[in-house]
Amino acid sequence: MSLGIGCTARPGNSRNNKTGSWRVFYPVMDHDKCTKCGTCQLICPEGCITVNPDKTYTIDLDFCKGCGMCAKECPDKAKAITMIQEEK
Amino acid sequence: MVDRSIENFECGHRACGGCGASSAVRMILKGAGQNTIVVSPTGCLEVFSTPYPETAWKTPWIHSLFENASAVASGIEASLKKQGRLEKEKILVIGGDGATVDIGTLCISGAFERGHDFTYVCYDNEAYMNTGIQRSGSTPYDADTTTSPAGACSTGNNRPKKDLPQILVAHGSPYVATATMAYPADLMKKVERAMNTPGPCYIQVHAPCCTGWGFDGSMTMEIGRMAVACGLWVNYEMIDEELASAKKVKRVPVDDYLKAQKRFRHLFKPTRNEAEIAKIQAIADANAKKYGIDIE
Amino acid sequence: MTLQIMEGSIAIAETVRLCRPQVISAYPITPQTHIVEGLASIVADGRLDAEYICVESEFSALSACIGASAAGSRVYSATTSQGLALMTEVVFNSAGMRLPIVMGIANRAISAPLSIWNDQQDSIMMRDSGWLQLYAEDNQEALDMHILAYKVCEDHDILLPAFVCFDGFILSHVYEPVDIPTQEQVDKFLGEFKPYQKLDVNDPISFGMYATPEYYLEFRYEHDAAVKRAADALRKYGKEFKDVFGRDYSELITTYKLDDAETAIVAMGSICGTVKDAIDEMRKDGKKVGLLSIRCFRPFPSTDIAKALSKVNTVVVLDKNVSLGAKGAVAIEVKEACYGSDVKIYDYILGLGGRDVRKKDIKAIVDLAEKGKGDMFYGLRQEVL
Repeated sequence: MSLGIGCTARPGNSRNNKTGSWRVFYPVMDHDKCTKCGTCQLICPEGCITVNPDKTYTIDLDFCKGCGMCAKECPDKAKAITMIQEEK
Repeated sequence: MVDRSIENFECGHRACGGCGASSAVRMILKGAGQNTIVVSPTGCLEVFSTPYPETAWKTPWIHSLFENASAVASGIEASLKKQGRLEKEKILVIGGDGATVDIGTLCISGAFERGHDFTYVCYDNEAYMNTGIQRSGSTPYDADTTTSPAGACSTGNNRPKKDLPQILVAHGSPYVATATMAYPADLMKKVERAMNTPGPCYIQVHAPCCTGWGFDGSMTMEIGRMAVACGLWVNYEMIDEELASAKKVKRVPVDDYLKAQKRFRHLFKPTRNEAEIAKIQAIADANAKKYGIDIE
Repeated sequence: MTLQIMEGSIAIAETVRLCRPQVISAYPITPQTHIVEGLASIVADGRLDAEYICVESEFSALSACIGASAAGSRVYSATTSQGLALMTEVVFNSAGMRLPIVMGIANRAISAPLSIWNDQQDSIMMRDSGWLQLYAEDNQEALDMHILAYKVCEDHDILLPAFVCFDGFILSHVYEPVDIPTQEQVDKFLGEFKPYQKLDVNDPISFGMYATPEYYLEFRYEHDAAVKRAADALRKYGKEFKDVFGRDYSELITTYKLDDAETAIVAMGSICGTVKDAIDEMRKDGKKVGLLSIRCFRPFPSTDIAKALSKVNTVVVLDKNVSLGAKGAVAIEVKEACYGSDVKIYDYILGLGGRDVRKKDIKAIVDLAEKGKGDMFYGLRQEVL
């Protein structure tokens, strides 16, 4: 590999860095409770929650750092995300 | 309206879990839309998003130095103008409060005075976080930082926040706003508005830092809402130097916001420091009066 | 070719116009001002289609050049002394970002004490920055070197910024006959600016990322290698320059009456003209003295210098700068170049802060060297010490 002149790189290749290993708690989403409001997807600092064609959400555990913002911000009427401690 | 499904900030960056800045940046980029060239000064964001050869940015992105992002943006703008690219491509600076209200102020002032067409967004986490939570000109009154530590003879940072938004209003900026990542729709709308306003525009975004402020990473949005609820942070817009909007709130005392963060715990332990808390309440009261945010 | 009598700064401004920079960003400072005033007039009169950014500091002047160059434009700036010192961080940064920026330096002393007059301390203090450094002996060289610098810097095998250094006031404010090339000549030589990479929404890159210890050493190695490669690029394009403009820049050093010389004077910049006149007079007195003029200080042409000095007994280095606590920067490097040879090398710090250097001074210095007296400040006024 040759160095990118001017310390340059092609876009978005931070995906090579799997930050999921940082996690202590992992989120579990209950799709039956999910109201598809999109809050978790919008606020996730990692941007690791994606929208599926059926409007459900998938949390990519390769990157989720387990901060719990999604579970905290999931609206009270749904509370579809639970944080569970990782077993290592 | 821009397509807000776009994701120009990729997974795998090295921000702390629960980072307010990285959440804010995703929203800011959604507001800015495609065809945005981003300039970042040195800081948390720059470091956690671009350790060579891994970059989180899917837009064109450039980092030069800590204090010169606005000057770099000025050059980009001049170049795009000369190439006839400014119709399609827009320039967005995203920098922290240290790079913005402190070391970069000269370059910002120059660029705003010259009237370059770009938007500058400051993610304000109220201290130098990347270097280990040192006080900046944007650190709030009485916050405990590593260079404004609370101690026997100190109640933390002894100055209020520098009001850079108003300084840039005084430069004649056509659009100056404040926002918080805790209100994503408002933030995205304001960024979109700034990007579509010709001339130099400025938005300062409250971006709670769980590591630096001392709260659990799941609470980032909640802390942001609490700041607005007590009046220590006001979300407003100034268009052509006139107040155009300010988010009204049924204000609560500053206590809950302060208690939720370790950087203010010295105000409550071992005993409640009534005099200092009253001073902070006075700052919130003055904000409320200045921007007329109280719901009667 | 028609010679015109012009002030150096105006000749440089007219030449920069011919190079067609798209963005000019500069902040006024004596003695660079006539260049940026000249360029401002040229743009205002519609003689150059460029964006001219009146920045609020030299720091921003070069920072704006970074942005404009990274966005795909040919750029120009000029500064000197305190302005260059204020730019320091940006100087190193722009080189590491490998942007082909050309900047004129009207060489001037550094404060304190404040001095607006000439020496070469300003560009010399940037010797480790990774910029190319060319030094002009006269105004013709100063303007030619601007054209040459763009050609070398923009080569995709080089991608470096360059200083074109010319002595403040001594060249910048002096009227000399110069040949201003034609637009056709410059266009033919330079061609259109073709950026190696640029900020572009159609082809996004991240530019100026930070390097961890796993990469930093390699980035510096590649930067150093590019500066060294620039030596051959300068020779190649210097030769092409002669084909187009009739003046030869294929060597990084030039010599005057050095072939049979016993004593060589090594110098940079406008002082070389005075040295040549002094050599002519010394030769009449039977002294075999010659000149080695360093046109390019970065990359430093060590091998060329060692070879050119291989037959002399004594080397006199004239340094219009001083690395305080050590010696003059040119002498330090000349000694390194000649390491292992038994030639005697003496350093003379002179002409600082605009102190005039005349033919008689050059002769006196050669006398000192013959007596083995050197490595000293020359021309000190003992009565004020």
